[in-house]
Amino acid sequence: MEHAIEMLNITKEFPGIKANDDITLKVRKGEIHALLGENGAGKTTLMSVLFGLYQADGGEIRVNGQKVQIRNPNDANDLGIGMVHQHFKLVNRFTVAENIVLGEEDTKRGFMRYDAAIKRIENLSKQYNLNVDPHARVQDISVGHQQRVEILKILYRDANILIFDEPTAALTPQEIDELMDILQNLANEGKSIVFITHKLEEIRRVADRVTVLRDGKRVDTVEVSTTTNNDLAKMMVGRDVVFDIDKEPSKPKDEVLQVEDLSVYSPIRKKNVVKNMNFNVRGGEILCVAGIEGNGQTELVYGLTGLNPVSAGKIWVNGEDVTDLDIRERSLRGVSHVPEDRQRHGLVLDFPLSYNMVLQNYFQSPFQQKGFLQEHNILEHTNRLIDTYDIRTSSGAATLARSMSGGNQQKAILGREIDRGNSLLIAVQPTRGLDVGAIESIHKQIIAARDAGKAVLIVSYDLNEVFMLSDRILVMYEGQNAGVFDPQETTESELGLYMSGSKRSEDA
Amino acid sequence: MKRIWEKIIHPFKVFGRKTHTLFANIPWRKLAGWLLYPLALLFGALVALKRKIGATRFGKRLDKAWLKVLHWSGEKPETIKVASSLLAVVFGLLFGFIVMLVVDPSSAGSGFLTIILGPFQQGMRSVGDTIFYAVPIILTGLSVAFAFRTGLFNIGASGQLYVGAFVAVYIGVQWDFLGPFHWVVASLGAMLAGAAWGAIPGLLKAFRNVHEVVVSIMLNYVSIYLVNLAVRSFIFNPTLNRALGPESSAHIPTLFLENIFPRSSINIGIFITLAAVFLFHILLNRTVFGYELKSVGLNRDAARYAGMKEKRNITLSMTIAGSIAGLAGAMMYLVPGTYIRILDVPVEQGFTGIAIALLGLSAPVGVLIAGLFYGAINRGGYFAQSLYREEIVNVIIAVIIYFSALSLFTQQMIAKYINRRTKKEIQLKESEGDVG
Repeated sequence: MEHAIEMLNITKEFPGIKANDDITLKVRKGEIHALLGENGAGKTTLMSVLFGLYQADGGEIRVNGQKVQIRNPNDANDLGIGMVHQHFKLVNRFTVAENIVLGEEDTKRGFMRYDAAIKRIENLSKQYNLNVDPHARVQDISVGHQQRVEILKILYRDANILIFDEPTAALTPQEIDELMDILQNLANEGKSIVFITHKLEEIRRVADRVTVLRDGKRVDTVEVSTTTNNDLAKMMVGRDVVFDIDKEPSKPKDEVLQVEDLSVYSPIRKKNVVKNMNFNVRGGEILCVAGIEGNGQTELVYGLTGLNPVSAGKIWVNGEDVTDLDIRERSLRGVSHVPEDRQRHGLVLDFPLSYNMVLQNYFQSPFQQKGFLQEHNILEHTNRLIDTYDIRTSSGAATLARSMSGGNQQKAILGREIDRGNSLLIAVQPTRGLDVGAIESIHKQIIAARDAGKAVLIVSYDLNEVFMLSDRILVMYEGQNAGVFDPQETTESELGLYMSGSKRSEDA
Repeated sequence: MKRIWEKIIHPFKVFGRKTHTLFANIPWRKLAGWLLYPLALLFGALVALKRKIGATRFGKRLDKAWLKVLHWSGEKPETIKVASSLLAVVFGLLFGFIVMLVVDPSSAGSGFLTIILGPFQQGMRSVGDTIFYAVPIILTGLSVAFAFRTGLFNIGASGQLYVGAFVAVYIGVQWDFLGPFHWVVASLGAMLAGAAWGAIPGLLKAFRNVHEVVVSIMLNYVSIYLVNLAVRSFIFNPTLNRALGPESSAHIPTLFLENIFPRSSINIGIFITLAAVFLFHILLNRTVFGYELKSVGLNRDAARYAGMKEKRNITLSMTIAGSIAGLAGAMMYLVPGTYIRILDVPVEQGFTGIAIALLGLSAPVGVLIAGLFYGAINRGGYFAQSLYREEIVNVIIAVIIYFSALSLFTQQMIAKYINRRTKKEIQLKESEGDVG
């Protein structure tokens, strides 16, 4: 079969690391070829070599059977190769059309001519079912639409080979579904697609074949239809990965968190984004809040932890009314919080790990005495957490939090929050952006915390995670409780209806 | 050749005729020869040696040892920062030298030496004066550095210093019933006034989210005119158009220091400053309060998440910073022969403090060293006025100080250098791999 791209024996080194070691990747015409690997496996480097951002130290690249030299992205463009980057490269204040023609402007005597371009954009948009308005400003459209603008930008330049670098990382489940359809459309129209990801589900849904990378080397290239997820995960991580964590049925105890008619006002959106929520979480159970991002989950957690004041309603923790208490007082009464944005809220990045591990209890004995920090106790505590929660660092407790990987940062936060011995653990998107190995470890810790009798509240936008962890599922839609479900008795598609607001439970 | 040499050495000759007793009888030409020739030889030899042995085993080992040093320093961000501050000072001095060359090449050599050897021109007397001039700079530097560690930019040290100075002098003039405690009360009064003045931008920042830079810079001007008015109303000496001087009981005592540094203006302000440096160091690095301040400074959101009272911390931080700038005011004006004048520009020491805080990497000990450096250069400039006009000297000092404050720039340079060397290190390792 004819190949659109052949990357043969590509080697690329950076100081101290062989990012690509003798990697061969062959992409057939009209196929969706997934590139799978953990963070740091060399996926992005390989694609950057193809796109001309880096020069390979060894190996050769063939496009449509012809040997080529790709020195910079312009060369790649000329060869019909386009890339949708993980972080979009758009001018927010420009319209969609202005962004698309940027660099290829059609002018007449120095004046811009948009008519033909807009016509072409509209046609392309129709042809591939992208549904993008060329006159809209980029700052006004959703992340999913911005991504389509990036795709249009490439199509506008007549690319036949499209590279997608982790395209689903920032999308909602619905947007992901739509993107998958778009990818399928593009492939049907004869475009060849390379799709970088570390999510197995997405590969299963659209990819024809998958090449697995690990530690800069190619493990194998396989047909998706003849391979199981377990095999893929094993190839990617290099060992067996447990997907379905053996979870004992929960043994709920007393109610730890009770929420009554809770409303939270968002100063940014200038309205109540959480409206009259009622629910409770018992010790020894995991309640997952499912829903599409932006339906008030963030504000719900802010209200529960005290980061935002509540505008109405009551919160009880262990039977005590904490509605009017501040963050510190709630934390001392049993609220642990793994924040959604781990770098903004969870860590002081320029502190060493040890200082980060006592962020909420630095003022308690034995970490302080008479107003002085007790460094040795802080170090001892940190070293214990490093061992217990398998936090990997370059220089132990003295490692700057900034220099740690995302997975280890998250393990550190989770370890800190669990270890404080609080009865309620609230975790928002605990595994966002992490690779399979780290996700596995974090899920295990969360379940262990439940088995130790803690009440756990998880907010997740990832339904797989919701089904894997939860003992009960609460669906949030437009700031309200749309229904509570037993994960054994419901399905993803049923939840989807409630998440999108098409259905509402009567009793909620 | 000889004539060129004569030209180069010429300035030293001119310098030799000057009246600076300490340098008068030193054989400059010989000394320069002794110093310069071995240095040049050593440098040449090193370059030659490196070329020659670069490829040999020994050379590689040498290179590896050097790389190890680099590697070690590369892993310690503090080391790079300190090195960059030192390098910045060297650049500043070089740049100052270039300015001198441009203005008057014939005096450049001697002028430069005068400036860097400033503190030793008159023996212990000028050493004492150096310390005396460094004291308020160190204190304002501490003030700026302290706020900076909490993520706040205190541009208002100048105003805080000035209101502190007024209160100190007012107490010094009016409250002569205090006897031996007169200067203590005057200094404490200055600290209180500075604290109050610093608390204004702190409170506005914490509760109304008004940017502290805007508020504190404006308050600098408010302070000048307010103090002008207050001086005219309460402690004015109309014949000399300046404030009255404080009673001698309000002067900062000199204790035994006047015996060590005869005829110098030095007083125990340096001990008070050292105590402040020590206190700030402990406060920032060892205490729970310091931990909170640093958390708020490095990541306000995380501090809030952790339940710290970030509003309280911001206000306190600015208040403490203000009090230390106020103390600087007391140290500047509670001395014989210095009077508050009717000004229309903010006091320069407040702004020099910003440069000193940057140069000292916002660490108390760093600020101490940088402040003493400033004092030394300042004294040197005073003596260089016999060679260059006063304005030129001020320009040169300014160039040295502000160039020195560009330590961030040199920091990047060093980082780049280390990166390049690390790349080479990898190549080196590989070539060894080939041999093995």
